[in-house]
Amino acid sequence: MKLLRVQLACELRVLARNGEQLLLILGIPVLLLAFFSNVDILPTAGQSSVNFLLPGIVALAVMSTAMVSLGIATGFERSYLVLKRLGATPLGVPRLVLAKALSVLVVELVQVTLLVALAVSFGADLSAFNIAKLIAAIALGTLAFSGIGLSLAGRLRGEINLAAQNALYLVLLLIGGIVFPLDEFPTWLHWVGRISPSGALADVMRDVFSGTSIHGASSLVVLLCWAIAAQLCAFKLFRWN
Amino acid sequence: MSSALNTSTSVGLSVSQLVINYGNVTAVDHVSFTAQPGRVTVILGPNGAGKTSTIEACEGFLAPTAGSVQVLGLNPYLQRKQLNRQMGIMLQEGGIYPSARVGELVRQYCALYGNGVDADALISRVGLQSVASTTYRRLSGGEKQRLSLALALAARPQVVFLDEPTSGIDVNGRDLVRLLIRELRDGGCCVIVATHELDEAERIADDVLIFHRGNIVASGTLDELRSGREEIRFRSNSHVDVHSLSTTLGLPVEQTRLHEFTVAGTSDARVIVQLTDWAKANNVDIGDIGAGSQRLDDVFRRLTAESQS
Repeated sequence: MKLLRVQLACELRVLARNGEQLLLILGIPVLLLAFFSNVDILPTAGQSSVNFLLPGIVALAVMSTAMVSLGIATGFERSYLVLKRLGATPLGVPRLVLAKALSVLVVELVQVTLLVALAVSFGADLSAFNIAKLIAAIALGTLAFSGIGLSLAGRLRGEINLAAQNALYLVLLLIGGIVFPLDEFPTWLHWVGRISPSGALADVMRDVFSGTSIHGASSLVVLLCWAIAAQLCAFKLFRWN
Repeated sequence: MSSALNTSTSVGLSVSQLVINYGNVTAVDHVSFTAQPGRVTVILGPNGAGKTSTIEACEGFLAPTAGSVQVLGLNPYLQRKQLNRQMGIMLQEGGIYPSARVGELVRQYCALYGNGVDADALISRVGLQSVASTTYRRLSGGEKQRLSLALALAARPQVVFLDEPTSGIDVNGRDLVRLLIRELRDGGCCVIVATHELDEAERIADDVLIFHRGNIVASGTLDELRSGREEIRFRSNSHVDVHSLSTTLGLPVEQTRLHEFTVAGTSDARVIVQLTDWAKANNVDIGDIGAGSQRLDDVFRRLTAESQS
């Protein structure tokens, strides 16, 4: 337990010291939520902007932490031989993985708390909010996105991994119906969005915050498939050094 | 402390018929040696000789293609968990996140090893107290090496692997690293150092293994490697007719470096007199005359040349 605590503190310290990561995991979601909640330019199908945006932005926050932040940091740690060096301490791989998972969950807790508080201040209606569903959605989303992030981090060199994670983040942000509703997309892109992990998580989050999702249980099934497939992929592709 | 650890073994490290292949390339070819607690064993060789591959197999990072490695009586690849608490490691480079601060890192590693090493005392011991709150990326090359050494010492190791520990360090830093290595040895630790720096090996080694192209071409104590290889060394800025001098002395004479020459096979004072007489007669200025055992770099050059031929 002591070793896990020591490593978790180290993971959080390194993250807190990284300005780019903080911008990604807190700055961008907060900025998008604040801007589009107050500047009414999005087609939101009759909902208030903040009610439409909150589920998608929470999904974006999970994606930014579990995939991009974890993936980039782990990729550089692999390049810098940090993982190799830690592997020669009594810490062990299971505790290292657990420390990373816990650090992601701590950050996600901060993100969700901040985003929900901000949304409430902008007049969001949370009468149908379900915390049990939120925990399940975050767990599945974290499994799916961390699997994707670690698959890239485990194979690509540090700088290439950085570029790939950011590019994928942008694509998943745009096609996932996070800021723009999927119904506004051409039919083929609508379907790509529906089966994307970001689209599935955003839709599951709508059920969490408003009690109704656009695509119902199918989004949950898609997200579950991504969670399993991405973790299997990470297990197969990841290299410690 | 793990009960599975065989601390009673008198051999710190035992390598037997080790082979390491990378695809079709053989990096280490049937290498066998042992290293004892309380001694500094230096693995010496040029880049690409197989030193780092051997060290990594001993550290448990690499699975041997064939042969076996035992560290404190355990297989480092399969029984890593039991060994990690007793084994100190200094990688050739890297291993540290650039944004981590010196003090935090040493404290983290002392806590991870849990062997009761005081982090602040360790920071002072490696001379990094003035940069304790500095991030790794801002350290000089020498400070990075000393930090990496500190992380190895955080284990309070019974066996320690140091890969190029003085690379990129200034003179004072080198003295400190040598002192720390001697302290480890005197404390009974089995110290294994990989280096390509002959001068460094000469200063710290009790035992030397000379690697060349994946093989050990010589091994033994420094004295054993140099024994029976007496020579007279001298410098000259003038033109030295090596053939004429060799004929006069009846011994082989060789130019080893720019302005440096050796008369092989003797350190006899009478030959030195003959040498100075020859120089006077031929109007050749010579100086810095020395006699004794061959230097390690000459031994190394000869052995690797023999191995190549």
